[in-house]
Amino acid sequence: MFVFDTLLHRARRGCETMAYPRGTAPALPERHGGALRVDGTKCADDCAACVPVCPTQAITRADGKPVALDLGKCLFCAACVEACPTEAIAQTKDHRLAVRRREDLFLGAPGMEEVRLAAALDERLKKLFGRSLRLRQVSAGGCNACEADTNVLGTIGWDLGRFGIQFVASPRHADGLLITGPVSRNMELALKKTYDAVAAPKIVIAVGACAIAGGPFIGHSQTAEGAGSVVPVDLFVPGCPPHPLTILDGLLRLLGRLD
Amino acid sequence: MNTTSFIQLANATSLPWPEVPVLPVAELVHETALELERGARLCAWLGVPENYGVSLLAGLAFDADNTLAVARSRPFTGGYPSLTMAQPQAHMFEREVWEQHGVTPEGHPWLKPVRRQEKDHPANGKFFEVAGGEIHEVGVGPVHAGVIEPGHFRFQCNGEEVLHLEIALGYQHRGVEEALAGGPHRATLAQMETVAGDTTIGHATAYALTLEALAGTEAPLRAQWLRAIALELERLANHTGDIGALAGDVAFLPTAAACGKIRGDFLNLTALICGNRFGRGLVRPGGCRWDLEPSRAGQLLEKSRGVLADVNQAIDWLWDANSVRSRFETVGAVTSRQAADLGLVGVAARAAGLVRDVRFDHPAGWHRFAQTPVSTWPDGDVFARARVRCLEIQRSGKFLEEQLTQPPEDEFFGQPGTLPGDTLAVALVEGWRGEICHVALTGADGKFRRYKIVDPSFHNWPGLALALRRQAISDFPICNKSFNLSYCGFDL
Repeated sequence: MFVFDTLLHRARRGCETMAYPRGTAPALPERHGGALRVDGTKCADDCAACVPVCPTQAITRADGKPVALDLGKCLFCAACVEACPTEAIAQTKDHRLAVRRREDLFLGAPGMEEVRLAAALDERLKKLFGRSLRLRQVSAGGCNACEADTNVLGTIGWDLGRFGIQFVASPRHADGLLITGPVSRNMELALKKTYDAVAAPKIVIAVGACAIAGGPFIGHSQTAEGAGSVVPVDLFVPGCPPHPLTILDGLLRLLGRLD
Repeated sequence: MNTTSFIQLANATSLPWPEVPVLPVAELVHETALELERGARLCAWLGVPENYGVSLLAGLAFDADNTLAVARSRPFTGGYPSLTMAQPQAHMFEREVWEQHGVTPEGHPWLKPVRRQEKDHPANGKFFEVAGGEIHEVGVGPVHAGVIEPGHFRFQCNGEEVLHLEIALGYQHRGVEEALAGGPHRATLAQMETVAGDTTIGHATAYALTLEALAGTEAPLRAQWLRAIALELERLANHTGDIGALAGDVAFLPTAAACGKIRGDFLNLTALICGNRFGRGLVRPGGCRWDLEPSRAGQLLEKSRGVLADVNQAIDWLWDANSVRSRFETVGAVTSRQAADLGLVGVAARAAGLVRDVRFDHPAGWHRFAQTPVSTWPDGDVFARARVRCLEIQRSGKFLEEQLTQPPEDEFFGQPGTLPGDTLAVALVEGWRGEICHVALTGADGKFRRYKIVDPSFHNWPGLALALRRQAISDFPICNKSFNLSYCGFDL
């Protein structure tokens, strides 16, 4: 009976793949704060209430300067948002977070209140990868949350395949790497070898706070400080872990497939 | 249990360090072996650095008596008689203690590093080899073919048949325990939530219980209730993902496709409570950070009913298919005797007929008021592990149904209180993979002198290796998925 049941069930449910990016993006969970916006001009003089509450020391305030937040180190725990008396640090509910350069995640200075979203690859790479991008995923000390929310993009709800993006079994088949984790010392060699095995030109995507800067393990002797300390990175996707929508947005942005 | 060598304590409680009985190390090994022989289980076996040498601490669980017990050795250096020879469940623990503290379990049959580093890769040592002209060796990993964590598998095969599998881990080692010394630090909770990121609620709850036990406080009832609900949502999401992955590995696509999506639906239910799909930021020492107010609880209940109906449908397709059943049955079998000898926990143990579930055997927190029956299956094979997951999906669904309609009136937020000096606390939590054990010892200053985390994977990886004996190597994927163990939880 199961063939019949299955077909019936499928017919009843119809297409379960989301309309995004043609239609509107699915809403983030209500209690998910999205990206952060940091307006240093709102900081009260001598206030540094946000600095000690940050678990990864992503926030600094030098004497006489406005507050500076490194969104690459951020775990999005919102402790700083709660601690801030003047709403200098606020949640935007925006799922878009991916950037091309590490410094595009430094927030706080005038004109730098929000992340500077990723630009697309140059024309040559876009021509190569724009409609067909094969990625090898390497977890290098990842906790399996970034991995899981990368994996979920392959399910019927998200259907990454419709963009020509696919995870492949060998670096030899890949156009680039998607790296998660702070890069444990024990994975450094394997990561380098995997990177070397990918044919040039190649791209590297760092997903999650760990892969960007070390995350909760920042400064540990047993880990490097993210993928960028081992291989060159072309796209940074912040979060702990990033929402699947944030990862998808980053991938599509990189390929120039979002307006 | 009638013993004088160990002192008993309940789950999620503490006792002053000087009250922990001290034995000469050989006697500790002997007494531990005797208790294990009588049916106790080894939850933890760790070293505590002393001014001179190291003392060993044994943590046992007497499941039938719903009690835990601890004892420790006098500080010593050098070697001690290995416990593994009498009790294979000590095998990994003794290797770990040897690696971390340099004390040698004399007579240990396979003493090699667990996760130590050698330049820029783990010190795997020499692998077990089977000799013979027809024998070949297959090495897999550390980087695997899927979107999955790294580890190395070394098979000794005769044709298709696996004679022996050795699993070498350590690639994910991030130095979690090392960083905990002198804590709690600012990043400690975030590290606990990422010990194994798919078990955020499990490890964060174990950590919170440990701190509360040390401080002699308890989280408000409403927080305990909410933690229990989140723990079952975590179980539902992961079990659903595992059923889908198992279906995918035998090319049964309807269930694979459906479960991939339904798993995300369960994660979204956790996000409904706290905003994060993995439950980051929900559990806090002393309580919870978010409340589940009545309207949200109602929404959660309604949505969970829909998601549960979906997953049950997808499971029905799976069991309706003869082709699936025949691929699962008799593959990767672990007998209940083997499971008991190896000290397996969680789904792997229950699928081999062992009645072992912290929620039932050692209830702490909300599980003292709300019990879940233990789901078991006798056969110990891939089928049994899939079957137990399906049973637990139903039990967890029932638990949600019962609990969401009867929230306790109480605060959800609290403070754990200050940590006293020289105190030992033990907390067990039944995560979706099995027993999570946290052991904390504070120094005179109330800071962590030693913090030990035992992820269920630490017990269960040897179970997977054993399950592969005499199996076709092509069955490795379904055996592996049926255990679905954590690499980072093991590597710490």
